Amino acid sequence: MIHSLFLINSSGDIFLEKHWKSVVSRSVCDYFFEAQERATEAENVPPVISTPHHYLLSVYRHKIFFVAVIQTEVPPLFVIEFLHRVVDTFQDYFGVCSEPVIKDNVVVVYEVLEEMLDNGFPLATESNILKELIKPPTILRTVVNTITGSTNVGDQLPTGQLSVVPWRRTGVKYTNNEAYFDVIEEIDAIIDKSGSTVTAEIQGVIDACVKLTGMPDLTLSFMNPRLLDDVSFHPCVRFKRWESERILSFIPPDGNFRLLSYHVSAQNLVAIPVYVKHNISFRDSSSLGRFEITVGPKQTMGKSIEGVTVSSQMPRGVLSMNLTPSQGTHTFDPVTKMLSWDVGKINPQKLPSLKGTMSLQAGASKPDENPTINLQFKIQQLAISGLKVNRLDMYGEKYKPFKGIKYMTKAGKFQVRT
Amino acid sequence: MTDSKYFTTTKKGEIFELKAELNSDKKEKKKEAVKKVIASMTVGKDVSALFPDVVNCMQTDNLELKKLVYLYLMNYAKSQPDMAIMAVNTFVKDCEDPNPLIRALAVRTMGCIRVDKITEYLCEPLRKCLKDEDPYVRKTAAVCVAKLHDINAQLVEDQGFLDTLKDLISDSNPMVVANAVAALSEIAESHPSSNLLDLNPQSINKLLTALNECTEWGQIFILDCLANYTPKDDREAQSICERVTPRLSHANSAVVLSAVKVLMKFMEMLSKDLDYYGTLLKKLAPPLVTLLSAEPELQYVALRNINLIVQKRPEILKHEMKVFFVKYNDPIYVKLEKLDIMIRLASQANIAQVLAELKEYATEVDVDFVRKAVRAIGRCAIKVEQSAERCVSTLLDLIQTKVNYVVQEAIVVIKDIFRKYPNKYESVIATLCENLDSLDEPEARAAMIWIVGEYAERIDNADELLESFLEGFHDESTQVQLQLLTAIVKLFLKKPTETQELVQQVLSLATQDSDNPDLRDRGYIYWRLLSTDPVAAKEVVLAEKPLISEETDLIEPTLLDELICYIGTLASVYHKPPSAFVEGGRGVVHKSLPPRTASSESTESPETAPAGAPPGEQLDVIPTQGDLLGDLLNLDLGPPVSGPPLATSSVQMGAVDLLGSGLDSLIGASNFVSPPAAAVPANLGAPMGSGLSDLFDLTSGVGTLSGSYVAPKAVWLPAMKAKGLEISGTFTRQVGSISMDLQLTNKALQVMTDFAIQFNRNSFGLAPAAPLQVHAPLSPNQTVEISLPLNTVGSVMKMEPLNNLQVAVKNNIDVFYFSTLYPLHILFVEDGKMDRQMFLATWKDIPNENEAQFQIRDCPLNAAVPEVPSTGGVPARVPGL
Repeated sequence: MIHSLFLINSSGDIFLEKHWKSVVSRSVCDYFFEAQERATEAENVPPVISTPHHYLLSVYRHKIFFVAVIQTEVPPLFVIEFLHRVVDTFQDYFGVCSEPVIKDNVVVVYEVLEEMLDNGFPLATESNILKELIKPPTILRTVVNTITGSTNVGDQLPTGQLSVVPWRRTGVKYTNNEAYFDVIEEIDAIIDKSGSTVTAEIQGVIDACVKLTGMPDLTLSFMNPRLLDDVSFHPCVRFKRWESERILSFIPPDGNFRLLSYHVSAQNLVAIPVYVKHNISFRDSSSLGRFEITVGPKQTMGKSIEGVTVSSQMPRGVLSMNLTPSQGTHTFDPVTKMLSWDVGKINPQKLPSLKGTMSLQAGASKPDENPTINLQFKIQQLAISGLKVNRLDMYGEKYKPFKGIKYMTKAGKFQVRT
Repeated sequence: MTDSKYFTTTKKGEIFELKAELNSDKKEKKKEAVKKVIASMTVGKDVSALFPDVVNCMQTDNLELKKLVYLYLMNYAKSQPDMAIMAVNTFVKDCEDPNPLIRALAVRTMGCIRVDKITEYLCEPLRKCLKDEDPYVRKTAAVCVAKLHDINAQLVEDQGFLDTLKDLISDSNPMVVANAVAALSEIAESHPSSNLLDLNPQSINKLLTALNECTEWGQIFILDCLANYTPKDDREAQSICERVTPRLSHANSAVVLSAVKVLMKFMEMLSKDLDYYGTLLKKLAPPLVTLLSAEPELQYVALRNINLIVQKRPEILKHEMKVFFVKYNDPIYVKLEKLDIMIRLASQANIAQVLAELKEYATEVDVDFVRKAVRAIGRCAIKVEQSAERCVSTLLDLIQTKVNYVVQEAIVVIKDIFRKYPNKYESVIATLCENLDSLDEPEARAAMIWIVGEYAERIDNADELLESFLEGFHDESTQVQLQLLTAIVKLFLKKPTETQELVQQVLSLATQDSDNPDLRDRGYIYWRLLSTDPVAAKEVVLAEKPLISEETDLIEPTLLDELICYIGTLASVYHKPPSAFVEGGRGVVHKSLPPRTASSESTESPETAPAGAPPGEQLDVIPTQGDLLGDLLNLDLGPPVSGPPLATSSVQMGAVDLLGSGLDSLIGASNFVSPPAAAVPANLGAPMGSGLSDLFDLTSGVGTLSGSYVAPKAVWLPAMKAKGLEISGTFTRQVGSISMDLQLTNKALQVMTDFAIQFNRNSFGLAPAAPLQVHAPLSPNQTVEISLPLNTVGSVMKMEPLNNLQVAVKNNIDVFYFSTLYPLHILFVEDGKMDRQMFLATWKDIPNENEAQFQIRDCPLNAAVPEVPSTGGVPARVPGL
């Protein structure tokens, strides 16, 4: 099982270590540093590294490497999933997960880690339960604790731990009972030079914020549940009812949680809401290149596209760019060669464009590679897959809750090749 | 106010200051001090000097303080064992606390303190906690047994904790069940023989029930445990599969992959005609695809596993090619894995898409990735015949880009395409030749030279091209040198008149100016061939080559089957069985897929070949363990390119000279000195076995050995080493024929079929005269006796000791190797007659210094034998081939 955890920052310092079994010397991380050095970028450090006596499994998030040390055959996905859970928990506890924040809260971090694993076995990873065991630090609580001498460690067994619904604590009370569901879809797509779709898929999630008194039992039904053929559920969802009736029936956790995530695959037709017209050309003879991009709406079901940003990693040979946008602002970083253009909202009557020239290093040959354009955008009140919630019902409690459902479509990894 | 204040130090000395604070009367100050100590500990500072002071704070009703002290204890108890005893009382008391949280905390912490003296005190509280009324305490105690086992395994067994733990599998609370399974699995891993997880249909049922209710982590442990179970028939397998399938929709990717493992394994038992089989296949695809939208680290592990799944059951993901398309900002380790899977999924249906993608990748920035993409195009050409033409034109387009490393990589793969489709795409050679100058990597140069040599007759200036390479011969890498040597010899054999000078030049460079033994030997071999028998040389060097196999990179089927059982583990990431990398090899149990049983009546063995390939082709796969093992197997796989022509050469020696005056003059030329080291005996081709056995005839005539002596059977291959197959045997000689009497016993739980046997080359050319005939499948606990006839016409290689025989036995499970010593007398002929002249000639052949003289007294024979010639000289004459 998981032996130890080391937190390493991008400059290669170990700033926290935690051992769940015997202490493993931190020199084991030398193998990690070697791999880190070999990889050109932090993202490219391989997640599984073997050393003579241990295996190092790592995830890289928030510019921190979380390196777990294991000694025996353990499912690597189990370890990596757990590490991601650790990061999520820190984020949940402290708002952000960064080196200074972890250092500032080192004792809480240590206590939380101790609660999460015992002898390398996961113990409590649900943030609901953890927060009952170790209360997250808030300014108010710190002040109160200093005055009253009370602690931020809960001294009662979390109620949910052993019930049939371990994700929900008992005795929840609210004056305003409300349940909000956000249907958020991200489009991952690769568009080729000519504008046709190479691959496109939708990663959707339904995130919920449920603040309901007591033990509510909810059912959520869809207009078109057939769309959801590849789904992952929160443990609270009753799988049997989904299988038989295509209805989501569940007792929700208290607060924020991800009810389900789904995947609409490339085989079903995925509507592409934007197009990019581009003309990026280098000439063999001159050191000047032409650059022209226009962005426009495609299949948007009448909704407007907002928050558009365009970014592109330009070839190394590009020295500077002299561009004029029809709207928004643009920057080009001559060191990283990253061009980004903050477009804003697309007005279908007057399409935004960015035109100009690029100057190349004098004497350098024409770059081999073509830059890929990365697109970000948002469309409110639209789930691009066409998924629609039919109704939400509550059983088990008498009051009438306030219900709300919001749809949004975003670009995920949306790439246009040139 | 943040915890960073705990790191500030004062001038007086931190430890001193902390000591004072720890002994303070004020609770609040104490707690702050302990926090400071913990903070120092987390960054690796040594605060063990404060041990007694911290332990003093343990007696408190403040839970946070207690927890902090416990944290400290776990870290430092080992270094201060005597002091740690002070804590025992508090622990024992806490184990009786009315608050279950505190009881659990105490037993949990005690287990983490790896001090023998403390563990003694742990037993009683632990026993109580294992039976505690509160499930939270029980589940904590279950884990504690695993901890204790790690510290003192004997103690755990003596105290009977293992049985208690086994009982917990039937606990009413699913979390307790999950933790008990996890603990037992961990213990079982260090004691593979203990058979702790005794799985039977009842316990499986309990696990499946707990599976639905326990936490995600518990589900992983239970699923991994289920995967070790072998259902008794296909109906049981199906019902387990049905209950495991819902896990595929879990948000935790580790749960999903563990479920995939169970399904992949049990599917093996289901008949393909079953409707359910098809349903299951369909259900497996979406969760695997979803894994690819997770974080890159998870994607990587998933991709490594998908790589195995695709090889085992390509039908699952055959329509999902697009999800493996590479995004330009994927981490490199994800990109490379995706590329690999793309090629595995490539088929005629999707090849156009794949090629378009690969071409796109070949223009990316990352050099490693670009190279692999170019290589992938070549692999597609070899895999999908219909696409070869398109692949070649894509490669040519890429060569036109003139990007140096792209060109080189393209040339390397075009060479492979030529090897797969000879005489089909030679039109592109001209384009390749244009890029000759830009090649600076050995592999690309070697590939180009190979192409020129292979198609020398169609390239007008082949001699000029090769000559240009020859200039810097000594600076080239060995790979290029060897290739250049071969290519020039090929050229010479094709165009003898114009290239004599060139071939002499390269031969002398290779043999006289090089100290690389491989190069020198190959040079001599060519030289010898050319000088003695040009016809043979032509037959050898220009022999028709076997086409390269379609997929040389597939994992060996037996290994693949084993790896399928390890889906989701490190083994699946490394694509190696755990025995290959788990430390010390402890706890390694070979797993294998269950055989198909019950209702399926087809006699085919459990499908070992990838579904795409007909069974006969599975041997094309190049074994990954490239040692002796592979060598043994390859004996009859590789076409005997050098064998037959060599044999004919002795017959035709100097008889025909097809090359006409070309070679005559070459030999006549004074500088063509016969290489001195190449004093190969002229009777190289003659079978050595015959001469030897003649000699032994002599001794058998003299001695009293009868042909009928048979040694008792000895165990040659214990079942433990051969996945349950035990082989014992002996050698006999009867009426002039040698045989190997084998007794095969199946001690495994599954049926064994498809037996085959093979000998490594040995001193006397012993070889099976007939294939190993095991007529019926060998069912568990069955034994068969087989007599395998042998002859002595196999290839010869001197072994140490001389009568050592290395044997490989193959069955449907794996290939096994063992070696045994055969008694020399089995080689002796019965009559022992020898012609007088022949005896004298043989006698004289043995150097004088090999003669030993001694007297035999009390000789039982009637005839007096004054001296016995020692045959000690004989083995020394066996040339090591």
